Amino acid sequence: MNPKEEKVKIITEEFDENDEDAGVGGQKKTSKMARQKRKKPVCGAGDPEMVSENPHLGNQPEPLQEDSDTRPLSMTTRRGPRSLPPIPSASRTGFAEFSMRERMREKLQAARSKAESTLLQEIPTPRPRRLQSPGEKELETEFGAEPGEEAQKTQQEDDSQSRSRVKFRDSVRKIKTKPPVPPGFPSAEEAYNFFTFNFDPEPEESEEKPKAKNRDGTTQEEEEGEEEEPPVQGIHKTDEQLLISATEAEAFLWGLDHAAADFVAVRPADYESAHVRLQMEKELLFVPSRLAVPTYKKLPENVQPRYLEDEGLYIGTRPDVPRTCQNIMENRLLTQEPGRRWFGDDGRIVALPNPIKPFPSRPPVLTQEQDFRAELETLYKKAVKYVHRSQHMIGSGDSPGNFQLDIDISGLIFTHHPCFSREHVLAAKLAQLYDQYLARHQRNKAKFLTDKLQALRNAVQTGLNPEKTHKSLDTTQKTINEYKSEIRQTRKLRDAEQEKDRMLLKTIIKVWKEMKSLREFQRFTNTPLKLVLRKEKVDQKADEEAYEAEIQAEISELLEEHMEEHEQKMEAYRAAYQQWKAWKKAQRAKKKKKKQAVEEHPEEEMGEPYPEEDPVKPVPPEPTDRALMEHQVRERAARSRRRPGEPLLVPELSLAGSVTPNEQCPRVEVLRREDVKRRSIYLKVIFNDKEVSRTDSRPLGADFRVHFGQIFNLQIFNWPESLTLQVYETVGHSGTTLLAQVFLPIPETTIVTGRAPIEEVEFSSNQHVTLDHEGVGSGMPFSFEADGSNQLILMTSGKVSNSVAWAIGENGIPLIPPLSQQNIGFRSALKRADAISSIGTSGLTDLKKLAKWAAESKLDPNDPNNAPLMQLISVATSGESYVPDFFRLEQLQQEFNFVSDEELNRSKRFRLLCLRSQEVPEFRNYKQIPAYDREIMEKVFQDYEKRLRDRNVIETKDHIDPHRAMVAKYLQQVRESVINRFLIAKHHFLLSDLIVEEEVPSISILGLSLFKLAEQKRPLRPRRKGRKKVAAQNLSDGDIKVLVNIIRAYDIPVRKPTASKFQQPSRSSRTFSEKHAASPTTHSPTHSADYPLSQVLVRPFVEVSFQRTICHTTTAEGPNPSWNEELELPFRAPNGDYSTSSLQSVKDDVFINIFDEVLYDVLEDDRERGSGIHTRIERHWLGCVKIPFSTIYFQAKIDGTFKIDIPPVLLGYSKERSMIIERGFDSVRSLSEGSYITLFITMEPQLVPGESVREKELVARYVSLIPFLPDTVSFAGICDLWSTSDQFLDLLAGDEEEHAVLLCNYFLSLGKKAWLVMGSAIPEGPTAYVLTREQSHYLIWNPCSGHFYGQFDTFCPLKSVGCLIGPDNIWFNIQRHDSPLRINFDVTKPKLWKPFFSRSLLYPGLSSVQPEELIYQRTDKAAAAELQDRIEKILKEKIMDWRPRHLTRWNRYCTSALRHFLPLLERSRGEDVEDDHRGELLKQLGDYRFSGFPLHMPYSELKPLIEAVYSTGVHNIDVPNVEFALAVYIHPYPKNVLSVWIYVASLIRNR
Amino acid sequence: MAAAGPSVFLLMVNGQVESAQFPEYDDLYCKYCFVYGQDWAPTAGLEEGISQITSKSQDVRQALVWNFPIDVTFKSTNPYGWPQIVLSVYGPDVFGNDVVRGYGAAHLPLSPGRHKRTIPMFVPESTSKLQKFTSWFMGRRPEYTDPKVVAQGEGREVTRVRSQGFVTLLFNVVTKDMRKLGYDTGPSDTQGVSGPSPPPGRPL
Repeated sequence: MNPKEEKVKIITEEFDENDEDAGVGGQKKTSKMARQKRKKPVCGAGDPEMVSENPHLGNQPEPLQEDSDTRPLSMTTRRGPRSLPPIPSASRTGFAEFSMRERMREKLQAARSKAESTLLQEIPTPRPRRLQSPGEKELETEFGAEPGEEAQKTQQEDDSQSRSRVKFRDSVRKIKTKPPVPPGFPSAEEAYNFFTFNFDPEPEESEEKPKAKNRDGTTQEEEEGEEEEPPVQGIHKTDEQLLISATEAEAFLWGLDHAAADFVAVRPADYESAHVRLQMEKELLFVPSRLAVPTYKKLPENVQPRYLEDEGLYIGTRPDVPRTCQNIMENRLLTQEPGRRWFGDDGRIVALPNPIKPFPSRPPVLTQEQDFRAELETLYKKAVKYVHRSQHMIGSGDSPGNFQLDIDISGLIFTHHPCFSREHVLAAKLAQLYDQYLARHQRNKAKFLTDKLQALRNAVQTGLNPEKTHKSLDTTQKTINEYKSEIRQTRKLRDAEQEKDRMLLKTIIKVWKEMKSLREFQRFTNTPLKLVLRKEKVDQKADEEAYEAEIQAEISELLEEHMEEHEQKMEAYRAAYQQWKAWKKAQRAKKKKKKQAVEEHPEEEMGEPYPEEDPVKPVPPEPTDRALMEHQVRERAARSRRRPGEPLLVPELSLAGSVTPNEQCPRVEVLRREDVKRRSIYLKVIFNDKEVSRTDSRPLGADFRVHFGQIFNLQIFNWPESLTLQVYETVGHSGTTLLAQVFLPIPETTIVTGRAPIEEVEFSSNQHVTLDHEGVGSGMPFSFEADGSNQLILMTSGKVSNSVAWAIGENGIPLIPPLSQQNIGFRSALKRADAISSIGTSGLTDLKKLAKWAAESKLDPNDPNNAPLMQLISVATSGESYVPDFFRLEQLQQEFNFVSDEELNRSKRFRLLCLRSQEVPEFRNYKQIPAYDREIMEKVFQDYEKRLRDRNVIETKDHIDPHRAMVAKYLQQVRESVINRFLIAKHHFLLSDLIVEEEVPSISILGLSLFKLAEQKRPLRPRRKGRKKVAAQNLSDGDIKVLVNIIRAYDIPVRKPTASKFQQPSRSSRTFSEKHAASPTTHSPTHSADYPLSQVLVRPFVEVSFQRTICHTTTAEGPNPSWNEELELPFRAPNGDYSTSSLQSVKDDVFINIFDEVLYDVLEDDRERGSGIHTRIERHWLGCVKIPFSTIYFQAKIDGTFKIDIPPVLLGYSKERSMIIERGFDSVRSLSEGSYITLFITMEPQLVPGESVREKELVARYVSLIPFLPDTVSFAGICDLWSTSDQFLDLLAGDEEEHAVLLCNYFLSLGKKAWLVMGSAIPEGPTAYVLTREQSHYLIWNPCSGHFYGQFDTFCPLKSVGCLIGPDNIWFNIQRHDSPLRINFDVTKPKLWKPFFSRSLLYPGLSSVQPEELIYQRTDKAAAAELQDRIEKILKEKIMDWRPRHLTRWNRYCTSALRHFLPLLERSRGEDVEDDHRGELLKQLGDYRFSGFPLHMPYSELKPLIEAVYSTGVHNIDVPNVEFALAVYIHPYPKNVLSVWIYVASLIRNR
Repeated sequence: MAAAGPSVFLLMVNGQVESAQFPEYDDLYCKYCFVYGQDWAPTAGLEEGISQITSKSQDVRQALVWNFPIDVTFKSTNPYGWPQIVLSVYGPDVFGNDVVRGYGAAHLPLSPGRHKRTIPMFVPESTSKLQKFTSWFMGRRPEYTDPKVVAQGEGREVTRVRSQGFVTLLFNVVTKDMRKLGYDTGPSDTQGVSGPSPPPGRPL
C-alpha cells in the first residue's frame, strides 16, 4: 500500500463510524454476507430505503478494494467507501481485467442482495434467507431477479406508498426490468444519461451533500465499470445483463463513495439558496404530476375509450387506490414508458381486483440448502409456562378454586385393645357377631333366594305348559333347562345361606353363654352387654306344611336331577358297554386270529401290542334311591333350617347390663381399669403423607370407645393421593405410641358434605403388649380356659367411624377438583374390577358397555342390589334403541305426571281432589280432604255416583207421577248445564267485582247531598236506613241471622164456643162467597151481636220457622193482636258455602205460622184449684205466611202487611168481623177478605245480593231459582227466561212470568182486555201480574195464586207497576206514582203511559212466538187415584216419624169423613162449604174436640207437601190420647195438572 | 291399623309484622289476615289482626315499625292451598280520611325455620284521571272489595295497580308431621351439617 492510501485510511476513520457494520460485513466477505443480510432488516426496519440503503451501497466499494489489493489488511483496516480516491483507482488500471470484474461482480451482488432485502423487508414474513456463495452466483441472480420483478408488479399497483419510495422503486424496476430487453439497452442509455446529468453539478455539491458526493463517486466508478463492461458482456450473457442492471442500480443509488475523497480541502460550507436548490432538484428529480391525465393520452390515437362494464361484461372491483396516486402513476407511466401497455381499453391503469396472489410465488427451495441453513436458523417458539407437577396440582389450568375436603372423625372403637379383659374380648366378639347378624338380617339373603327359587319353580311350571307359551318348543326346552340349572344353583346358595344364618345364630348364643359363664366365674361384670333372645311364635301347622312342601319339592327336584344324571350315566354306560363289547368281540376275533396266528407264528405272541389296555367291563350306574335321598335332604334341612314349629329366635343385644363398680372388683381388674383410664387416644390426619391436623387427645373410655366428633376442613391444593389417619395412644405422661394407620378412601365426586354416610374403617396394629393386670394384652397368647388350652392371639384392632366428603361452596357447588385431573389409570382399573362401583361417577358415561357387561355377567335382574343398575341400563338402552314411528304431543307428559293415571283413578283421595277442583256440586265445598285414602269413606261418593247413574234413569219414587218425574229430571239437567256454564262465567271478573271505587259524582248527586244538609236531623217519621252491605264470601255459619219483626195482625179468626154436637150453629153471614172484590161486602151486624158475649177470644201467637229453627212470639189476645216483637233466626247456607251463587239458590222458606194458644184446665179436682193451677196449653194452627228466603235475600228487607194464608175451613174457628169499634176505619180494609199480618223481615248483616247484569249469571240464577211447579215458591227473578206457554205447560214448571203470560193469553182468548203488569209485589219482588179491565174498573190478578184484587184494594200484593204489556204494545209508567192504588191504568193517555211503539217507531207487526194453539191431553184418573193413595200413605208415615216418642193413632172414621169432604172442597174451590162441612163433622164426631184444616196445593213433588204438613205443626200435639186424621185428595186436570188437597186434623175425645 | 300415623300436619307460624317503608306516608296501621285452601283449618291463634298506628322514625331510615305479632296454627291434610298472609296498610290522607296505602300478600314460608320476608305493597289505581282526582278529593280511594283478592290470581287482569312501599315480616315456622305425611319441605339435610354427630350407637 502506498502512503496515499494510508492517508486516506486515516481520513476514512472518521467517516467509518456509521458504516462500521457494513464495513465489517464487507470485509468478512462471503461468509459474512449472510450475517450482513440478516442484519439488514434490522437497520432497514427503522428507516425507509434511502437511509438503510446507503450504508450498503456505500460499503460495496470497500470490499472491492480490499479484495483486490488490500486483502492482507482487511482485518485491520476499515475504510469507508469514500476513501477511494479517483486517482488510486486510476492507478489500479494496471490490474488485470479479472480483478475489475471481480469487483463488479461484488458490487452487483451487493446491489442485488440489497434490492432483495428491501423487497423482503416489505414482505414481513421472516424467512430464512439463502446464503450466497460465489459459486452459485448465476443461479442466484436469477432467483434474485425474479422477486424483483414480482416486487415490481406489486409496486405498480401499490401506489399508496410514499413518494420517495416510489421513486426508488421506479428506478429499481427500471433496472430490473431492463435486462430482459434485447440488446440496444435503452435503459442503460437512460441510466447513462442520468448519471452524466448528475456529473455536471458535482463539483459544487460534493461537499455539502453526501448524496451528491455519493453519486459523484458512483459515477466515477461507473465509468470504470463501463469501460470494463464490453468484454464481460461478450463472455456471460446472463451475467452481463445482470451486471448492467447492477451498475445502473449502483449508478442510481450509490453516490456516497468518493465525494469525501475528492475534496479534502476544508472550506466553509456552501450555502445554496432554496430557490436554487429547487431549481436544481427540478432538473434532477422527476416529479410526476398529480393532475389527472386526459384519456386520449392514455389510449392509442383515434381510439375511443371502451367501457367493458357498460357492455355488460363483468369487471371486478378495482382495489381502492386514491385518485391522486393513480394520477401520479399514470403520469409516470406516460413519461417513463411511452408505450401504453399499462392502460386498458377504458383508459385506466390495468388492475386486478385483488393484488394479492393466491399462492406464494417464491419457488421451492432446495432441500439441501434448507438443511444447511436450517441449522443456523433461529426458531421462534411461544413461551411455555412451566407446569409444576400438574398431576398433583389442582386448578392450575381450570378454575383455580379452592377445593375442600371435609373429614369428619366422629369416633373410634377398639375391637381389641391390650387392656381388654377376657370379658371384653368376648363382648367384642359378640358385638361383631351381632353386627354381622344384623347385616345379614337386613340383607336377608336366604329369604331373597327362597323367593327366587320359588319364582324359578313357577317359571318352570309355566314353561312346561306348552299351550301357554307361544315360543317354539326348542327355546322353551332350553329356557327350562336353564331354569333348572339355575334352580340347582340357587338352592345350593340358599342352603348355604340358611346354614350360615343358623350357624351365626348358634355362635352368637354360644358366645353369649361363654360370656355369662365368664362373668359368673370372675364374679364381676366389665361390660354392660346383654343379649336377649326373643322368641317369635310361628304357626306350627302352616310352618310344618311349608317345611314339608319345601322338602318334597327339593326331593322331587333332586330326583329329577338324579334321573337326568342317571340317564346320562346310562348313556355313557351304554356307549361304554358297546365299546367294550366291540372290543371284546374284536378281542375274541383277535384271539381267534391269534390262535391261528400262534399256530402259524408262535413267536409272535410276545408281540401282543396292548395287553394292559383291556377296557374294564363298565358297571351300570345305580338308580337313585328315593329314600336315601330323602334322608339326605332331611338331614341337610335339619342342619341348616329351623325345625318346623320351632319359634323364631331373634337375638337382641342391648347395653342394659350393669358394670360392677370398682370396689367390688379384684385388684387385677381394678388395675386394668386404672390403666385404661390413663390412656388417651388422638388421631393425626395425614394428607398426601403430610400431617395436616390432629384431633384432640381424648381419654379412652371404659367401653374402649373414643368420641372425637371433629370435622376437619382441608383446603386442598394438591390432588388427594392418600388420606391416612394415624391412631396414637398416650399412656399416662409417658410417650405416645403410634398404634395403627387407617387409610381412608378418597371420596367419589358425588359424595358431598351432608350426604356422606358415616363409615367405619377398620385398622389393626401389630404391636405386642403384655400387661401385668387383667388386660389380655396384644399379640400375646391367652386363653379362656382354666388349663390354658385353646390359646388365642389377638392384635390390637379397631374401627374409626368417619366420613370424608367434598365440601359444598357457598353457592352450592361442590368444591371438587375437576374430573379430568383424576388419575385415570387408577379409575379404569377399578372399573374393570367392579362395574357397579364405577357407576357412581364416570361409569355413567359408557352405558352401552355397562349394559353389555351386565348381560355378560348374567346379572340377576331381580336382585335388589342390582336394581339401580338394571334400571339404569334399561333407561340407557331403551333410550337408544327405541325410535318411535309416531309423533306425540307432550311426549314428556309421562315424566311429569304426578302419579300414573291408574293410581290417580284408584286413589279415593286423588279422585276427591279432582272432583273438587272440577267444582262438582257435591264436592265443591268439601273441606279437609283426608290425607289418606283409608280415611275417606266410600259413602262420600255415593251421592255423586248415584247422581251420575241416575242421570238418565227417571226415578219415580219422589214424584210418583211419571210425567212430573220426567219434567223434574229434565229441569234438573237444564239446571246442571246452566250451573256449569255459570261456574265458568264465575271465573270472569269485572272491575267492580274486585275494586270498590266511588263513582264520579254527578251534579244531581252533589245537589242531593247539598239538599241533605238542610234536612232535619231527626225527622218525625224515621225511615229505615240502608245498612252497610257485607260481601257474602267471607262469612261462615252463624254469621247471618234472619230478623223477623212481627208487628201486628188483623182479623185473626176467633174461637167458636165449643158447641155441643146437637147445636147447629147458625150460618155465618160472612162467607167467603162474598169475596168478590168488585162488590164491597156488606156486613151483617146480626151475627156480631153475640160475639162480645162470648168469653172465648183468641190468643194468637206467631211462630216463625226457618230451616227447622223455630221461634215464637209471646201470646197476644184478641183478633187484632199486636206483638211488635223481633225474632232472630240463624241462617245456614247449604254446604257452608256463602258465595253469592249459593245464597241465591237457597230454597228454604220462612214460615210464619199463626197459632191460637188454647189453655185447658186439666185440673180434675176443683178442690185443688185453690192451691194450684194445672193447665195444658194447646195450640191450634190458624194460618201461615210463607216467604222464600231468596226474596229476603234479594229484597234485603220485607216490610209490609201480608195476607195470612188461612185454610178455607178452620174447624172451631170463625172469622168474626163484627167489632163495632173497628168499623170506623175498616172500610178500606174491608175491601178484601182474610186475615193480615204486618211484618218486617230482614237479614243481619245485610248481604250484598248477587245483583249482576251479566246474562250468564242471570240465566244461571234463573235456573237455580226456577220452581218445579207453577204454584210453588216463586222466586224473585230480576230477569228470567220466559218460556212459551206450551213449553210451560209441558214442563209444568215456571215462575210468575210464565204463569202471567199463560193467564193473560187465556184472558185474551176469552175476549177480555188483558195486560201483563210488570211490577213488584210482596212477597215475590219483581214479578208479573195480569191486569184485566172489567166494565168500570180494573182487576189485578196474581197468576201464581190465582187471586185477584181490585185496583184500590189496600192489600193487593202488587205494590208497584212498571209497565204494561198488551198484545200490540208496551207501555211504561211515567206517572208520579207507581202504586196501583194511585195510578191510572188508562194507557191511551200519553202523559201517563209512554208507549214503546209510537208514531216514531211504528209497530212492525211482529208475529207471536207462542204456538197457534195449545193441545191438552186428558189426565189419567187411575194414576191420579194411585198417586193420591201413595201420598196419603207417605204423609201418614211422616207424621208418625215426626212423633218418635208418642203413639200416633189414626182415627179412621174421621179420615173417611174428611176424605169425603175433600172433593166437595175442590168442587167449590174451597169456598162456601165451611159450615155444612163443620156441621157434618160435628154430627159425626161430636165427642171429639178437634182442630184441623185442609191444605190446598198444586202438585209438583212430594217434598213441598211434606214440608207444608210439617209446618202446620199438627204432629206437635202431645196430648196422650190424641188421634189424627189425614186425608188426601187429588183432582186431575187436563195436561196432567193436579190439584192436591190434604186434610189434617187432630182429635181429642171429650170426656 | 293401630298408630297409623298422623292424618293431618300442623303448621305453626309466629312472627311479626316488623316494619314498613312507605316513603311518603305516615301514621299507618296495618291489617293482616290469612287466605288458605279448603283443606286447611286454623286451629289456634288469631286469623286476623289490626295493628296500632305507627309514625315514622325520626332518623334517616324513616321506618314505620309495628312489631305486630302474628301467631297462628293451621292444620291441613294437603299442602294445596298453602296459607298466605294478606296485608293491607291504611293511613290518613291529607284530608284525614283513612285510605288504603297498600295491599300485599305472601305465602307463609314452606320450610321450618326463621324467615324474613319483604313484601312489596301496591294499591289499585283509579280508572281515570277524573276518577283519581275525585277519589283523592273525596278521600275514597279505590279499594279491593276484599283484601283477600290479592292472594288470588283470578280476576286480577281487570285491575291496575301502583306500587307503594314495602312491609317486612318475620316468620318463625314450625311444622309437625309434614314429613310423616310424605311432604319434605325442610332443607336438603339437616343432619351432619350443623355439627358432629356421635357414631351410631351400636353396642360393644
